[in-house]
Amino acid sequence: MHLILFIVFAGFCLGGAINLLVQTHPISSALSLIVVMTSLAVLYLLLGAEFLAAAQVIVYAGAIMVLFTFVVMLLNAGREERTLGSRAAWMLGFPSVVAILAVLATVILHAQGLGVATLGEGLTNAQGSTNIEELSTVLFTRLLLPFEVTSVLILIAILGAVALARHGDGDPNGKPTAEKELERTAAK
Amino acid sequence: MNSLFSQEVPLSWYLLLSAALFSLGVLGFLIKRNLITVFMSIELMLNGVNLSFVTFAHQWHAVKGQIFVFFVMMVAAAEAAVGLAIIIAIFRARATLAVDRIDLMKL
Amino acid sequence: MNGYFHLWLIPLLPFAGFLINGILGRRLPKWFATTVALLAPLAAFGVVLAVAQPFFGIGKALSSQPWVETCPQAWINAAALHIDFSFVLDQLSLVMLLVVTGVGFLIHVYSVGYMHDDEGYARYFSYLNLFLFFMTVLVLAGNALVMFVGWEGVGLASYLLIGFWYQKKSAADAGKKAFIVNRIGDFGFLIGMFLLLANFGTLTFSEIATKLGQDPGWTGGVVTVIALCLLLGATGKSAQLPLYIWLPDAMEGPTPVSALIHAATMVTAGVYMIARNHVLFDHSPFALSIVAIVGAATALFAATIGLVQNDIKRVLAYSTISQLGYMFLACGVAAYSAGIFHLLTHAFFKALLFLAAGSVIHGMGGEQDLRKMGGLWKKLPVTFAVTTVGVLAIAGFFPFAGFFSKDAILYAAFLQGPNGRILWVVGVVTALLTSFYMFRLWYLAFLGTSRSPEIHPHESPWSMRGPLVILALLSICGGWIGMERFGGFLAPSVGVRAAEGGSPHLELILSGIAVGVALLGWLLAHLFYREKSTVPSTLATALPSGYKLLANKYYVDQIYGVTIVKPLFAVSRIFLGWVVDVGILGGIAWLLGGIAMLSGAILQRWQSGNLRSYAAWLALGATALLLFLLVPWSTVLASLSVLHFGLAGH
Repeated sequence: MHLILFIVFAGFCLGGAINLLVQTHPISSALSLIVVMTSLAVLYLLLGAEFLAAAQVIVYAGAIMVLFTFVVMLLNAGREERTLGSRAAWMLGFPSVVAILAVLATVILHAQGLGVATLGEGLTNAQGSTNIEELSTVLFTRLLLPFEVTSVLILIAILGAVALARHGDGDPNGKPTAEKELERTAAK
Repeated sequence: MNSLFSQEVPLSWYLLLSAALFSLGVLGFLIKRNLITVFMSIELMLNGVNLSFVTFAHQWHAVKGQIFVFFVMMVAAAEAAVGLAIIIAIFRARATLAVDRIDLMKL
Repeated sequence: MNGYFHLWLIPLLPFAGFLINGILGRRLPKWFATTVALLAPLAAFGVVLAVAQPFFGIGKALSSQPWVETCPQAWINAAALHIDFSFVLDQLSLVMLLVVTGVGFLIHVYSVGYMHDDEGYARYFSYLNLFLFFMTVLVLAGNALVMFVGWEGVGLASYLLIGFWYQKKSAADAGKKAFIVNRIGDFGFLIGMFLLLANFGTLTFSEIATKLGQDPGWTGGVVTVIALCLLLGATGKSAQLPLYIWLPDAMEGPTPVSALIHAATMVTAGVYMIARNHVLFDHSPFALSIVAIVGAATALFAATIGLVQNDIKRVLAYSTISQLGYMFLACGVAAYSAGIFHLLTHAFFKALLFLAAGSVIHGMGGEQDLRKMGGLWKKLPVTFAVTTVGVLAIAGFFPFAGFFSKDAILYAAFLQGPNGRILWVVGVVTALLTSFYMFRLWYLAFLGTSRSPEIHPHESPWSMRGPLVILALLSICGGWIGMERFGGFLAPSVGVRAAEGGSPHLELILSGIAVGVALLGWLLAHLFYREKSTVPSTLATALPSGYKLLANKYYVDQIYGVTIVKPLFAVSRIFLGWVVDVGILGGIAWLLGGIAMLSGAILQRWQSGNLRSYAAWLALGATALLLFLLVPWSTVLASLSVLHFGLAGH
């Protein structure tokens, strides 16, 4: 059971990731990434991390990726073109990535002491204790401070995002700066 | 029959998958021309790392691994918000999202 | 030797005066600076008188042993080299100290009047006290290194005082010239010290004398070299050939400075040093003869130049060089006490002459040219009287001081064999010239009628006249102690010269010749320079080249300029200036800057702003790090080497 599920959803992961690279339009890449996220949520479930699976779907797939999609549609940048630069990057990048993967794979395969993942096995297997209980026990007692700090971090991020995304120096009622720049480059 | 329907998957396979996801993220980061797509590759890298954390949490029955993933998710959310805001600001100034064309510090 | 001797007080009191006047003098009223400045040499003189008692048998028992004071903390104590701060008081240093502090005090008093209106009043006295400090250190030194400290120090004080009016370029240049020429002599002194150290292992004078006395094998060779090196130092400090050129220029300084430093004390340091090292010189007849020749030649040379000088101070400067030549001549014929005797009398009458000249200059409102003076005997009677005394003394008339000492030197030279006769002749000719140019000065400055009627000279204040009178009295009776008694007094410290073939009869004849020569000089001067005489001008037009040669001081300065100074400047400017400074050092700096700029230009390409290239480099770096951390390099290298050896084996 575990194996079949693993193979299927790992396949979805890899397929989505490769598709992200292959696609030219960013919206297609975003949708592929959503596929990757949700398959990863399933894999978390298989590994006994129920809370994280739920968080993955809610936060990552449900919020972050939605944000991405919004921005893509807002900016409407269009398809990517093939240029000289991208060909050069492909030439240089692909071998180095292959090298990284080779090294990592070698290390993983030669590692001693890696066990097996058993379906249904939880964190502690203690009776009456669920994954989320164990997680929250640690989170709200020992790691309370980082937890609170993280919430402050998110607050800061909100403030930053609002400040950055506002209309800046340009005339708020007039044309956006981008259009002015386009006119300027066109006039030259 | 036994092998295909077994309840056990070697953890190294999970780790290999995580490595593959990470490498694909790096590849996308290097190759892609659209700024948003580059950012998405970064998210892909983060997810690959999250998977390896959860794997090891399962291996050693340690809750620390999952806590770490929790925090990574939070930070990734904050980072995504701010990053996308920056991208919007850049787009407003440069009217382009091509990575090669955004090479000056001053907007 | 019992009783308290505080030799270290003698240098210390002037040093305290230097500090106080140097730091506080300017802010406090003038009387304070004057009091401090006068108290210091007076107190030092008092201490000298106190410590002199045993040597004269006054108060304490008569003793002729030198008194040594050594600082318990050694100065240099490194392996074989051991040098102390030690002061030695014996008859020789006592005589010198009496001159330095006594005449020094009188000149300090004189300076109060002379420098009264000067802005740098306190500074002047602090420098003067500094000079006294170093001079006393020099005289009291028990070893060559302490003497060298004093030696250099008086050179420094001389530089400061010559260039006292530093705003005047000629004064500043003269100070520089004095210091630099002195330095050349000091180089000789240093080499001499090194050789002494290498051969005797010590610099203490008494120890060297003992070692020389013990081993009769010390003759010639090394000793000659050491003596000649020391002689070079002495010629620098005492303005002998070839390093005399600084002394005439040193007349740029205030006249009391010329009196103290360049007549009575500093320039005599060379003579003192030779007398101090007399044992060394005695062991090298060759060096002694060189000393005598240098002395005699300088005496004649300087006297000829002094014949035609028009500046009153320059005449006296060349006269000083000439008289110092006499002292060197004395040392050269191993008559050290005669040389010191002449040092003593010369201090009296030369200081007197300089101070009188200062009085004239002061009275004439700064005029120093003899051709513009005249008829001062009426206006400056006291000055005239003392100058007459001084001129008679230097010319060697009986019974003034110069007669006894000059006579002693000429007598000792005459007895030195055939070469001595030649030196005697030179000495006598020089005496003739000395008398001539001194009386020339006397006639031109004082007698006749005034050639500058617009100047109304006035007599100096009593602060200036007082020391003049005292020095005049000393010039009269300073020689009455007689060479016999003086030589006997100094014998424990400088030894006795074995007189060969002398007799009182011979001595009388030689003195007669000397006095006769002096009279002849007076007569000639009278002929040349009496009122309405045109002899000098006709002589000058008759022998124009001769006159020019003398008037331009044999062009020595110009010769030195061309042969030494110009090449040095050229080397400095071309080689050191262009090759080393601009080429090598500038090149290094330029190279470093160039490297920095080049590497910056190369590295600048890296910061392209291109996100993808940054990403690529990031990935590359991460890959390298991963490889470095994860790959077991030791096993890889081991397997590689196995492979290599395996291949090589085949």
